[in-house]
Amino acid sequence: MFLSTTGVLVTIDRLVSPASRATEVLGGELTESSLKSYLNGISGVDAVGLESRAADLGSRSIKTTSKAWALDRIISLIDLTTLEGADTPGKVRSLVAKGLTPDAADPACPRVAAVCVYGDMVPAAVEALGASHGLDEAPGGINVAAVATAFPSGRASLAVKLADTADAVAAGADEIDMVIDRGAFLSGRYGQVFDEIVAVKEACRRSDGSFAHLKVILETGELNTYDNVRRASWLSILAGGDFIKTSTGKVAPAATLPVTLLMLEVVRDWHRLTGEKIGVKPAGGIRTSKDAIKYLVAVAETAGEEWLQPHLFRFGASSLLNDVLMQRQKLASGHYSGADYVTID
Amino acid sequence: MSFLEYAPAPESTALLSLQSEYGLFIDGSFRAGSNPTFSTISPATEKHIATIASASSADVDAAVAAARRAYDSTWSRLSGRDRGKYLFRIARLVQERARELAVAESLDNGKPIKESRDVDVPLVAAWFFYYAGWADKLDHAGLGADPRALGVAAQVIPWNFPLLMLAWKIAPALAAGNTVVLKPAETTPLTALLFAEIVQQAGLPDGVVNIITGAGSTGRDLVNHPDVNKVAFTGSTSVGREIARSLAGTSKKLTLELGGKGANIVFDDAPIDEAVEGIVRGIFFNQGHVCCAGSRLLVQENIHDEVVDRLKARLSTLRVGDPLDKNTDVGAINSAEQLARIRELSDIGEAEGASRWSPACDLPADGFWFAPTIFTNVSTASRIARDEIFGPVLSILSFRTPAEAIAKANNTPYGLSAGIWSSNGSRVLAVADKLRAGVVWANTFNQFDPSSPFGGYKESGYGREGGKQGLAAYLAPAASSRGAVERASGAAEIDSGNVESLALPITNEGSSK
Repeated sequence: MFLSTTGVLVTIDRLVSPASRATEVLGGELTESSLKSYLNGISGVDAVGLESRAADLGSRSIKTTSKAWALDRIISLIDLTTLEGADTPGKVRSLVAKGLTPDAADPACPRVAAVCVYGDMVPAAVEALGASHGLDEAPGGINVAAVATAFPSGRASLAVKLADTADAVAAGADEIDMVIDRGAFLSGRYGQVFDEIVAVKEACRRSDGSFAHLKVILETGELNTYDNVRRASWLSILAGGDFIKTSTGKVAPAATLPVTLLMLEVVRDWHRLTGEKIGVKPAGGIRTSKDAIKYLVAVAETAGEEWLQPHLFRFGASSLLNDVLMQRQKLASGHYSGADYVTID
Repeated sequence: MSFLEYAPAPESTALLSLQSEYGLFIDGSFRAGSNPTFSTISPATEKHIATIASASSADVDAAVAAARRAYDSTWSRLSGRDRGKYLFRIARLVQERARELAVAESLDNGKPIKESRDVDVPLVAAWFFYYAGWADKLDHAGLGADPRALGVAAQVIPWNFPLLMLAWKIAPALAAGNTVVLKPAETTPLTALLFAEIVQQAGLPDGVVNIITGAGSTGRDLVNHPDVNKVAFTGSTSVGREIARSLAGTSKKLTLELGGKGANIVFDDAPIDEAVEGIVRGIFFNQGHVCCAGSRLLVQENIHDEVVDRLKARLSTLRVGDPLDKNTDVGAINSAEQLARIRELSDIGEAEGASRWSPACDLPADGFWFAPTIFTNVSTASRIARDEIFGPVLSILSFRTPAEAIAKANNTPYGLSAGIWSSNGSRVLAVADKLRAGVVWANTFNQFDPSSPFGGYKESGYGREGGKQGLAAYLAPAASSRGAVERASGAAEIDSGNVESLALPITNEGSSK
């Protein structure tokens, strides 16, 4: 699957229209049936084999200096998240403060990659960040990610989803976490899912012509099979997603190591096919440092170590950060501190 | 330092308390051997681990005599239930001492600690638990009621899975009511001697298990001993042949589990990432020191290049090195002798025109090491496609149709294992049906379970180990056929009694229709 139908290695210019990826790779006309036959032609997944490989990766023993590096890296890969009906500007300000200063006792502690909030909370997050807004713009800055497209169910008309997206981008969101239409995917309407992602990507275009980064949430817990996850991953990348993300966190099971491993295999294959690097974001259910380190191992040994940077890998998490901070303190001091020695946001 | 150069994570050897010298375990206690002692070394460092006794013919006599006494006086008189209790006790002791056994195994054999810890030792315990359960159910082993034990079993095992092969041999033998004299391989006696301590801990009657160490001549004395009733051997085909020859015409029963050149067949509809994992597991597990290794990869021609590319990428992430580091994937070659053989055959492969490839990896200076190696452009006539290399060396061949895959897979004097990779279930079944191999794995490789019989076709040996079939190697049908007939007619009476009690007008004649 490394070669396009024409047999040559494809390189894609990311500045052209989002759907061009698909036409390049599928070669020629982009139709519902060409999309379907391409996705159905992707090799299947053996569930037992995938899970046993994930378990193998999970048994790596990460100690001493490797562990210290891993803990710091995990923090810098976190999308610190609050997605509650009860969210307020005050809560978001507190989240932002925590993201900027994860460990009040250690100024050397790295900052998180982004805060992730609902669309209406973007202005509050942008305001709270002030000069520290922007992973690439400000030194030590962090991004604002907004969930959009009728998150988490995605059950709204396309117009509403696009408005939701454009609204968040206009308010200053650097990243949009959209959900795919799982109903359309499961009933085989791949073209509809594809078109929607393309349209949302267009809605991510800012007035200066640049795009907010688009993370495409597959909601793997609803797709149910690994074969579906692999197809949906390819579909999302073909349609222009910058990241593929496991879950909303509102459906169980959320992120699992085998699902994330599978998605990492897809981005690895996409990179071999096109030279282009797509990000992966497991979200929901990763609560401990021990678990998070297993993900780092899976990333490094599957996609490659260069994926361990905020532009290519994120953890969607809220409670993970404090566990990492406690492990970090333990590594520095030699003894466990406790929940009262890390701040709640 | 990059993240992927994981910091060292060595398993502690502190819990391992080895003696400096080990004797022969005969009649429940250790005693000195009559032949000159030898040293067992760690293949990863070539450092001395312990001094090991070597058994002379007289020592073999003593061991067989002890086993005979134990058979006559205690073990054959115990009920199956009581034998089972001892086996359960051994299984639990193996679990309790699991870490210690894993460390000893990796130290002495060179295999990665994650394999000895996660595969070998758990399977050892599983084997004893499984056959413990059989000890009081031998009537259902398929040999009719009251099958009898054979007597004294002479067992000779190889160095690739020292403790696991011991369990494969000892557990069914004891469950069936035999007593044993076992000889571990010369290069890996350590865990068998720790097992002798477990036998003592379990309070097994003296002489039921005897473990004698030594070189090939000790094994020869043992299998040729006139008072042995059963011989079980796992190892090379040449030694197996010699044993079969020397046992011909005697009343000894024989089980041989010999070499292999397993075909791992990958069809173009295979789950590709998992197939690549399975190829790696098939040939690089235990440094390829596996008799059922998938050492011949048969790939459908239309995906050949893609599979080779993916395999190379995957091999580049394998970690070769210190067997006691928890992150090591491939450990040391077991002996200098084996390393020389692997080198010789690999050089022949190159000379015969195959393309050789290994990932870049730094091998330690001391010890016996061989980088994972794959050969492409291998022809079916090449020696690396025919001979068992018994090392981390994979020969890749291609095929065009299922019929060709089957023909190539079967075109070997061996017949121990095979693997099939395809998402098409009916194809898997159809191909498996035509492969002449004792074990065929579908979409997996090198999976073992005590309930599954294991053994070979053709030059891979005969007899089965594991499962109900594994018991048949250590049992004979009841001595008196009259007894069996009586019991059978008794059963018929009970049947007709039941029929009568149901008050149905059916005669015996009618019911036999």
